[in-house]
Parts: sequence; C-alpha cells; structure tokens
Amino acid sequence: MRIPILKLHDCLLVSIQWELDDHTALQFQEDLLKKIHNTSANGVVIDLTSIDFIDSFIAKVLGDVIEMSHLMGAKVVITGIQPAVAITLTELGIGLNNVLTALDLEKGLEKLHQELGE
Amino acid sequence: MDNQSCVKIINEWDIVSARQLGRNVAKELGFGTVDQARITTAISELARNIFLYAGQGQICIEKLYENGKTGLRLLSIDSGPGIKDLRQVMEDGYSTSGGLGAGLPGVKRLMDDFQIDSSPGEGTDIRAIKWLR
Repeated sequence: MRIPILKLHDCLLVSIQWELDDHTALQFQEDLLKKIHNTSANGVVIDLTSIDFIDSFIAKVLGDVIEMSHLMGAKVVITGIQPAVAITLTELGIGLNNVLTALDLEKGLEKLHQELGE
Repeated sequence: MDNQSCVKIINEWDIVSARQLGRNVAKELGFGTVDQARITTAISELARNIFLYAGQGQICIEKLYENGKTGLRLLSIDSGPGIKDLRQVMEDGYSTSGGLGAGLPGVKRLMDDFQIDSSPGEGTDIRAIKWLR
C-alpha cells in the first residue's frame, strides 16, 4: 500500500498511519520526491503520530528523504514523534540531527512557514 | 515448547511478522509502551541482519519466568557466514551494508542482557533479554 501525499497550497502533507515495511518506506521516498517535482512544493510535513517504533532502516530512509528533498529545494518538518519512539531512537544511537521537528501537525506547519519566511 | 514462538526470516515481510509477534508477546507479558517499542525495534534490527547478511534464519520469542521475575527472551539464529570480528560489529557506526551501523550496539542498549556467539562459516546466535519492571 502506498502512503498518500496531500498538497496544501505550496506544501505537501504526509501522515504515516501504519507500520512501515521496507518496501513501503522506499516507495514513499520515491513518491515524495516525484510529488515535490510535480507540484513545485517548497515544504513538506511528515507526521509520525501513529508510528509506535522506528528502527535504524526506517530512520535511514527518513533521514535520506529529508536530505534528498533538501537537494531539490524543499524543507521537511517531522512531527508527532511519540515518547517511546524518541527514547528508542536515542538509545539506538540515532539522533536525526539537523532535522526540523515539531510536536504536532499544527506546530509543524507553523515551523515550516517560519523556515520558508512566509 | 509453549513458551516459545518462532518466525522464519526469509524475506522482508518476515521482518514485519517477527516484529508483530514480539510486540504481541510483550503486550501479553505486561510491558509498557516504551519497552514494547524497545523490544519491537530490537527484533526489527536482528531480523533485518538475518535478511541482509545471512539470507535466512529465525527469530524466536520466549517468555521467561525466573526467580519471581518475568522477562522476554529474544533469540536470533542463523547459519549464515558468521561474523569475523565481533568486537568490530559491536562498535557504533560500523556497517558493511551502507546502513547506519546502529544495529547490534543499539540492540544491546535497548535490551537488559545481550549475548552473541558467532563462528565464521557456521552462523550467528544472539540472545537478548528484557525484564519486566
């Protein structure tokens, strides 16, 4: 199943609602970059509220897609990381440094607009 | 054995099945959401290692009852190429696959007890335990 990517003005919204398998994660990477290209979006919010764990593979895919989006000129904000996810990611040794984050979707959109100077 | 359930790891989808099994057993034993996430993540790392490096193997989840304590034991067994330098794979950031290199040292930090045995050409056997607090 593919992760839906919604367009809202000049931003893209993604809410990951179910446990990611490797294939879905890689497909999402490709889909998001194509969507950025096709819509000329300059910002993306990826909401992870429903995700209850992130392993090193998913973290790598997320980190990579943020960097790839950046290369294309779009900023990405990650929102809704659960306490359990923050704890396990840090214990795993993954910091997701230099990644823009916000508590929830609303704050994520605010942050994105600030970053884009709108 | 009634206390043990296993998932064969042959393809990527089996990684998902192993995680689900682990999460269910962790819930059943009464682990909280943070420990459930630790256990699920640890299983995911070990199952992916089997898939990436050994080709196939299995992940077993065992309920432990010892000296009045309850725990969950995670076994990762494969008969893949084995690991030449165990000390090296336990270093943060070491990876031969272009991953984050967080796998094994990460699993050790997520669990309470961690043991690894590996012989080149014979495979790898990892046991990790999380105790219920």
